[in-house]
Amino acid sequence: MSNAPAEQTPTEEIDLAAANHIIDKYLTLHGNLMPVLQGIQDEYGYVPKPTIDLVAERLNVYPSQIFGVLTFYAQFHLKPRGRYIIRVCVGTACHVQGASRIVETFFDKLHIGHAETSPDLRYTFEKVACLGACGMAPLAMVNDATYGSMTVQKVEQIIADYNQRPMKK
Amino acid sequence: MEQVLFRHNKPGRPVTFAEYQAEGGFAALKKGLKELSPLEVQQAVIDSGLRGRGGAGFPTGKKWSFVPRDLPGPRYLICNCDEMEPGTYKDRVLLEANPYSLVEGMILAGYAIGCEHAFIFIRRGYETAAMNLRRAIGEAREAGFLGRNILGSGFSMELDLHVSAGRYICGEETALMNALEGKRANPRSKPPFPAVKGLWGRPTVVNNVETLANVPSIITNGPAWFKGLAGIPEAAGMKLFCISGHVRNTVCVELPLGMTLGEIIDGPCGGMLQGKKFKACIPGGASTPFFTAEHWGVPMDFDAVAKAGSRLGTGGIVVFPENTCMVAATLNLTTFFARESCGWCTPCREGLPYVREILTRIEAGGGETEDVEILREHVKYLNYAFCALAPGAMGPVEGLLRLFEDEIREHVVKKRCPFKN
Repeated sequence: MSNAPAEQTPTEEIDLAAANHIIDKYLTLHGNLMPVLQGIQDEYGYVPKPTIDLVAERLNVYPSQIFGVLTFYAQFHLKPRGRYIIRVCVGTACHVQGASRIVETFFDKLHIGHAETSPDLRYTFEKVACLGACGMAPLAMVNDATYGSMTVQKVEQIIADYNQRPMKK
Repeated sequence: MEQVLFRHNKPGRPVTFAEYQAEGGFAALKKGLKELSPLEVQQAVIDSGLRGRGGAGFPTGKKWSFVPRDLPGPRYLICNCDEMEPGTYKDRVLLEANPYSLVEGMILAGYAIGCEHAFIFIRRGYETAAMNLRRAIGEAREAGFLGRNILGSGFSMELDLHVSAGRYICGEETALMNALEGKRANPRSKPPFPAVKGLWGRPTVVNNVETLANVPSIITNGPAWFKGLAGIPEAAGMKLFCISGHVRNTVCVELPLGMTLGEIIDGPCGGMLQGKKFKACIPGGASTPFFTAEHWGVPMDFDAVAKAGSRLGTGGIVVFPENTCMVAATLNLTTFFARESCGWCTPCREGLPYVREILTRIEAGGGETEDVEILREHVKYLNYAFCALAPGAMGPVEGLLRLFEDEIREHVVKKRCPFKN
């Protein structure tokens, strides 16, 4: 669930060149709002407030309509997120294989809860269902990397590994 | 055993365009476009008895036949690849191994309904599948299988991949169309049905990945051959089953429709994990009522599973061993559905969290005797929801009440979960 837009700082300073470039790319496409917002989310790691106004103006849609879309879909975020997104599946197949223990171990080690981001912006943690790899349950993902048959030990290894990784993309 | 969709699979990598063609791929497309009329392609699919593999099991050819042929203007075909239901991962396995059967099937389906622009709506996170599809679409276009005047037939079609922004409700066909249009994915009222008024108000057919991927083999080998693939005379064709939970091999396999649940678990799954005894399973994805050991001999086909009180659904089987608390399992499923409710209609938005709270209370030992009755009423009332999400969410709850009422009552009487020490 995304956070309320009101929590955003109003005076955010953002370079809009990239957003303009994304809008240019999809300007003539029928149903272009979604790919434009997806492009912005990918580029900035979240959807900054100034880009919403820009999209509204250039695609001729109300900002409220854009907020409606942004707060509906799981992909979009209105606040900056961690460099490494950790997702632990708590779907039914993972549940019966002990997913809750994996979730708790991450909570303990990272000191952040569900949908929270660490203050240093290194990690965001999310419980999700379902990741669609039930044969590998219990399952975790860090960004696009998949970790199957998770154990408490593997959680510790993953955190140790990603603690060493760079913060820059 | 004969394989249809998995026939082209290569170990550890996707099949290539050249391999797929060398193994008879795109022969159906050539045959369909050069030798058959659109109506003949549609008739072959009707005669084959192919039913939708996405959960509802609606006859595919019949769905196509609802599209008005004489209406001027565009018609659309959408492949629903928004596979998000817990326990279901068949489309992912299929597309990671072979994207071409789907592309070929979509061109044939587009030809049958006269569609000039088709979309694949794929779930976010299916990166490998999306990458395979992008490559396959490019190769097909280059080979002249997509674009203007395909193979000189006069038929033209474009195919685009749309990556979803992620919500379970997008798998509902009318919500999916709203998502494609760039709106919130709330479902639309039916009628008008999508076949008449769908994407951008135009006639639209929405089919599942596995359904469309079966079409080429029907055109190549004929409807009678396809029908005969099934294990029982009432069924038609093969089905992908994806099995997870406490079985020895958690696999996605292509099997004849009509194999019994027991044959699937003891056969390709290699039986239960050592020391585990079968207690129950979800037979066809998260929205289907449970099966227990008494259903071991039920043939896994649409009608037979429905007769036994559940649904074949997607073929996603999740197996629970004897020490599983069915209240907790149902709570897990309900939590998913409550979170994924789009909030559009009240029975679903308010009803699902209520059911989740009751199950949470029972599981925590605070349940009351009348909770059983309240749950039962909700199973009834949530059928009045706007779309199929809430009735589907009540599938496992209905199964819990019918098959495991004793277990609920044990929670209430003992004031704790009997499976926790």
